[in-house]
Amino acid sequence: MKKDREVLTGEHFLNGDEACAEGAIAAGCRFFAGYPITPATEVSETMARRLPEVGGVYIQMEDEIASMAAILGASWGGVKSMTATSGPGFSLMMENIGLGMMMETPCVVINIMRGGPSTGLPTLVGQGDVMQARWGSHGDYGVIALTPASPQEMFDLAIRAFNLSEKYRIPVIVLSDEMIGHMYEKVVIPERRAVPRISRKKPRTAADEFYPFQGEKDLIPPMACAGDGYRIHVTGLTHDEQGYPVISADAQERLVRRLCDKIRLHAGEIIDFRETATKDADVIVVAYGCSARSAEEAVGLSRREGIRVGLLRLVTVWPFPEERVRQLAERVKGFVVPEVNYGQIAYEVERCAGGKETLMMGLMGGAVHNPEMIMNAIKEMAESGKAAGGERGVKRS
Amino acid sequence: MRYKLVDQKSFRAAEAKAKINQSHGLHPDDRYLKPGRIPHIWCQGCGLGIVLTAFIKAMDSMDIPIDTCAVVSGIGCTGRVAGYLNMDTYHTTHGRAIPFATGLKLAKPSHHIVVFSGDGDLFAIGGNHFIHAARRNIDLMVICVNNFNYGMTGGQAGPTTHMSARTTTTPYGNYEYPFNLVDLAHASGAVYVARWTTYHARYLIESVKRCFGKKGFKFIEVISPCPTGYGRPNRLGTGLDEMKIYREKSVIRNHMNPREAALDFKGTIVVGEFVDLEKPTFLDRYEDEVLSKFGESIKG
Repeated sequence: MKKDREVLTGEHFLNGDEACAEGAIAAGCRFFAGYPITPATEVSETMARRLPEVGGVYIQMEDEIASMAAILGASWGGVKSMTATSGPGFSLMMENIGLGMMMETPCVVINIMRGGPSTGLPTLVGQGDVMQARWGSHGDYGVIALTPASPQEMFDLAIRAFNLSEKYRIPVIVLSDEMIGHMYEKVVIPERRAVPRISRKKPRTAADEFYPFQGEKDLIPPMACAGDGYRIHVTGLTHDEQGYPVISADAQERLVRRLCDKIRLHAGEIIDFRETATKDADVIVVAYGCSARSAEEAVGLSRREGIRVGLLRLVTVWPFPEERVRQLAERVKGFVVPEVNYGQIAYEVERCAGGKETLMMGLMGGAVHNPEMIMNAIKEMAESGKAAGGERGVKRS
Repeated sequence: MRYKLVDQKSFRAAEAKAKINQSHGLHPDDRYLKPGRIPHIWCQGCGLGIVLTAFIKAMDSMDIPIDTCAVVSGIGCTGRVAGYLNMDTYHTTHGRAIPFATGLKLAKPSHHIVVFSGDGDLFAIGGNHFIHAARRNIDLMVICVNNFNYGMTGGQAGPTTHMSARTTTTPYGNYEYPFNLVDLAHASGAVYVARWTTYHARYLIESVKRCFGKKGFKFIEVISPCPTGYGRPNRLGTGLDEMKIYREKSVIRNHMNPREAALDFKGTIVVGEFVDLEKPTFLDRYEDEVLSKFGESIKG
């Protein structure tokens, strides 16, 4: 394998989709299965061009259902795998994302969000899949979703997504959006040795002593892949620690609680956010992805006007940083939450705001917030502690 | 928010181990069966046991090392085959065994990857994946146990249900045209296509052996009795009665054009090896067309 083509160390001018593909390859991804969809196609195209250079496999599947199934299969074959899509494809992947959760399969799903529902706005931005990323597949399971806000972060978080997926053995979702995916910026790719790489735990016991779905202290079981000699059964049915199907409330209680708890237990180390000027802030803007770009500008401009406002930028939307929002809520007048949907993370903020004012600034998709819109809301909130806006924004004539 | 959850019963490894080792190893085929998984869930008279045994016999006579083989299943009665085999087995979502197996194969090129599933799983919900995997010539062995109905859910009509047959969802007789699976497989690009019934156990073993020794997308349809789901409403009798029907109504027509091998309700059952040809696989093509340009190879 050509090591020098694995990590393209240096400065590049890339869009978010391309940067994401480079991050994946740098992280060790060697299998990509996907289906063309705007605005995620550039991820596939980059993978199709780049994977052969490093001895990897690119396959264009017949749909997104197959793409998701294929990356699970490849992961059980011991290869780091990824797919990329947008809203309609993300919806199609949901059942097999659940299979990935149940089978505890490391892999990465990139969702470059566009305006929905349905075909919606194929070429324009949206952030309407945040709750789908959390709850989209049926049943309970823990979720990790990352929200990059620049092409550089697309590169960095693609790497982190692989490392988290390998560590916690779940499909990790990178929840980007059309604006970040198509935005061109400088991306600095570090040297190969500076790229952190984590690989799944391997069994250390003999086959007859190995229980493939028994969590260790960290609740994560080591993973025996195909051909490792453990001859395990892996099923989407509720199973016991041996991996054998058990259709009972007891088995369900143990398995599903562990699937949720393995993420809850480690939420502290998974959660990532960036704070700007929050120390003395009266108002906190909570934003992620494309909305964070406008929010950053609005917070900077407001500060220049002497308004005490800070930005809490979510790098992981799931798990949600409940504790931090609760701490901030103690000393602020309220929260402003701009997002390109009709309120998704805003509900999470309100839940943790301890009764403090929460203003959801929704855009239905197709455009990002003008920083001035956010500035005005910040100003009102800072002055009166109240947000100007109607109940759920429904205007009646 | 505070939580109140029930106390969890912890997993007792020693107990589980004792249970799985109980009476395991008494039968010569036990080395191919996962300890503690028998008895199986299949009904009396079901043909799945015959197909499973034929698969084991083929593996055994070919001396296929167990750890070079993995079995992927979808959902349904046949979907449960994976769970009984003592190898790396994957029981996936409904209809998605083939794309899962595709990923597994491409990650493990030297492995034998076998897909075991039913007619509903492979040809209704999973039909698209079947034709595309065959088109790409992914190196998979696909064994479809065709019992002409959805057995697991209690006998509903499916994509292979005969015209006029009764099922719980065709109480007045089936009014849809069924697929001719061997024709579909051939038209989609499969390099090996055969059909047998569970009566033809020895031919089936030979077909599985042929598939183990052959690269590319291989398809074996096995017509199987489902006395509970399909036999009862159609007055076909017990599993044994259906085997007698297979004996009486089957004709072996090797190399016949699969187009002419359509199945009629209660009519002649044409069986045989219809297609056996050589064609570079997906990975052969990927290596030659793409990887070789970068001096790369993954077949090892």
